Amino acid sequence: MAKNIWVFCEQRDGEIQNVALELLGVARELAEKTGEKVGAILLGHNIKGKAADLIAYGADEVHVVDDERLGMFVTEPYAQAVTQIAKEHTPSVILFGATSIGRDLAPRLSARLKTGLTADCTKLEMDEEGNLFMTRPAFGGNLFATIICPDHRPQMSTVRPGVMKKLDRDDFRKGEVVEENIAWDESKFSVTVLEEVAECQTCGQIENAKLLVSCGRGVKDVAPARELALKLGGSVASSRALVDAGVMDHGCQVGQTGKTVRPQAYLAFGISGAIQHLAGMEESEFIVAVNTDKNAPIFKVANLGIVADAAAVLKNLNKILQ
Amino acid sequence: MKIIVCIKQVPNTTEIKIDPITNTLKRDGVPSIINPDDKTAIEAALQLKEKYGATVTVITMGPTQAEKALREALAMGADEAFLLTDRAFAGSDTLATSTIIAAAIKKLGADIVFCGRQAIDGDTAQVGPQISEHLGIPQITYAAAIDYDAERGALIVKRQFEDRYQTLEVKGQCLITILSTLDKPRYMNVWDIVGQDEKEIGIITFNDIEVDPETIGLKGSPTKVKSTATKQFDKTIETLELDPETAAKTIVDALKSRHLI
Ligand SMILES: Cc1cc2nc3c(=O)[nH]c(=O)nc-3n(C[C@H](O)[C@H](O)[C@H](O)COP(=O)(O)OP(=O)(O)OC[C@H]3O[C@@H](n4cnc5c(N)ncnc54)[C@H](O)[C@@H]3O)c2cc1C
Ligand SMILES: Cc1cc2nc3c(=O)[nH]c(=O)nc-3n(C[C@H](O)[C@H](O)[C@H](O)COP(=O)(O)OP(=O)(O)OC[C@H]3O[C@@H](n4cnc5c(N)ncnc54)[C@H](O)[C@@H]3O)c2cc1C
Repeated sequence: MAKNIWVFCEQRDGEIQNVALELLGVARELAEKTGEKVGAILLGHNIKGKAADLIAYGADEVHVVDDERLGMFVTEPYAQAVTQIAKEHTPSVILFGATSIGRDLAPRLSARLKTGLTADCTKLEMDEEGNLFMTRPAFGGNLFATIICPDHRPQMSTVRPGVMKKLDRDDFRKGEVVEENIAWDESKFSVTVLEEVAECQTCGQIENAKLLVSCGRGVKDVAPARELALKLGGSVASSRALVDAGVMDHGCQVGQTGKTVRPQAYLAFGISGAIQHLAGMEESEFIVAVNTDKNAPIFKVANLGIVADAAAVLKNLNKILQ
Repeated sequence: MKIIVCIKQVPNTTEIKIDPITNTLKRDGVPSIINPDDKTAIEAALQLKEKYGATVTVITMGPTQAEKALREALAMGADEAFLLTDRAFAGSDTLATSTIIAAAIKKLGADIVFCGRQAIDGDTAQVGPQISEHLGIPQITYAAAIDYDAERGALIVKRQFEDRYQTLEVKGQCLITILSTLDKPRYMNVWDIVGQDEKEIGIITFNDIEVDPETIGLKGSPTKVKSTATKQFDKTIETLELDPETAAKTIVDALKSRHLI
């Protein structure tokens, strides 16, 4: 019988991604409900050493595949590894981060394992029988749907980064590390990576920033916003309008098709507050909005809304904080 | 080179209404469009056709009204179009949807399959990768640019991530999901659309494809929508009209009082 709550623990360049730790946190909560174990899948090259971190953040067992074929993310080798481990250990649930890796890999696996997959969840609950209730926004965040997968195992979902809470690190936690051997079918490896290029050094990891200075189409020059972010020890973020315009990097985009952020303060300059943008930031602790249009929807979620010219306010902020 | 582009007809808005009893969408009166990513996928296929020679087939699964989306794709320059429609297809989740579409692609035959990255209504981005698994062909998602290396017979794809990109090479059959930022879809005038009425749109029903009836429709869908809710805001709100200097001071004070400065 299918048992245990598993997390696909995403790593990039050998660094465990925050979303993996967040998912271990929620997996722990779900597992308490049914008395099951939390399992982690860790794939990569020279990655074994990171298994202890996953235990410290809540995993009872870590299934590791340390192999040069898994150095950079490519769908097929990753899919083969997860499929073989999942078939052997039959977990009841597998959670993935709703990132450009998780949302590539998880649907491939759902078709291979012939089970359901719920996209981009923001809430997960479990009943005593081990049925997972997966809640997700759809239709640009106008609607929340709760989805179940009653007759198929594993129950799979991708979960939005920044929504679940990770546990405090506990280096005294005990867990088991299992090294898995994969029987590779290399005849299926038909995609080759010619190059991999890092982008977006300037915006930092916006999901981890305490404070964000976020710019929309109403900001003509983003340099003063970058200056302000630096002064306040935060990062810059952006609406999709400026990403589409090529002014800001996609890695800085907040919203439904960007990142979900929950900083202590979110300062929105010249952002109208489209529902797709709000979906990524409305959970922020404190929201300040500056916009020339007093009817802009962003004011409906702002704790402090100011009707004024964004450029002029940015200039004055930089002056005061000199 | 034979390219099949999968397109979905979606409501031209994300402000939808849900029937509280059946939990299905009320689509009446909402104008429909081709899903934005899919329209770019058609554009990308047409560009490959123009540069290297190819036939471009568009397919959609949906009710008979979805024919309008296919007409528009023909007007953009697609060579042929097929509508996958049958009562047995209704209520499919992404896995069942992909099973049906994959069976149709198998029947039609394709070297390359294009999908949009994500449909703006269902929003899952799952159908593309699931189709490619059913077909047993490789997938490349989040494509920001595509080119063809005729000499090597390989597609070269820029694959976007949040913090990086990869340049990937793939030979042989494959499925690619396309970002709307890849390119602007071409415009067509009314006459292009009118002229398309002569072209036949093929109809594919359950009987035309090889598919296990247990794996499609509501019954073949592992996920079930249990309940839906629309969204509410509750926040303490203060909106002030201030000159820039006072505005800046107010913001700094607010951040200070929250110990953020
Ligand atoms: C499927 C889908 C997914 C999407 N995903 C996202 C997403 O992830 N993130 C996202 O942000 N958007 C997303 N969008 C786009 C979203 O709908 C909006 O188009 C976008 O957020 C608008 O960005 P904006 O607020 O910067 O621009 P606009 O809506 O153009 O707003 C500009 C604002 O600036 C104000 N302004 C103008 N001049 C000034 C000035 N001098 N000073 C102060 N204010 C000024 C205006 O009053 C206006 O309110 C998505 C859309 C779709 C359909
Ligand atoms: C509120 C709500 C929530 C849902 N949540 C889930 C869920 O979490 N998991 C799940 O499995 N199902 C879910 N569904 C069902 C799902 O929306 C449908 O199966 C839908 O037909 C396909 O999913 P999508 O719109 O997300 O497409 P996506 O997977 O986002 O579409 C990606 C691409 O696939 C192609 N494509 C998609 N549909 C078609 C089509 N009909 N014809 C031709 N090409 C197509 C297009 O190229 C498109 O750009 C949900 C439905 C509702 C109403």
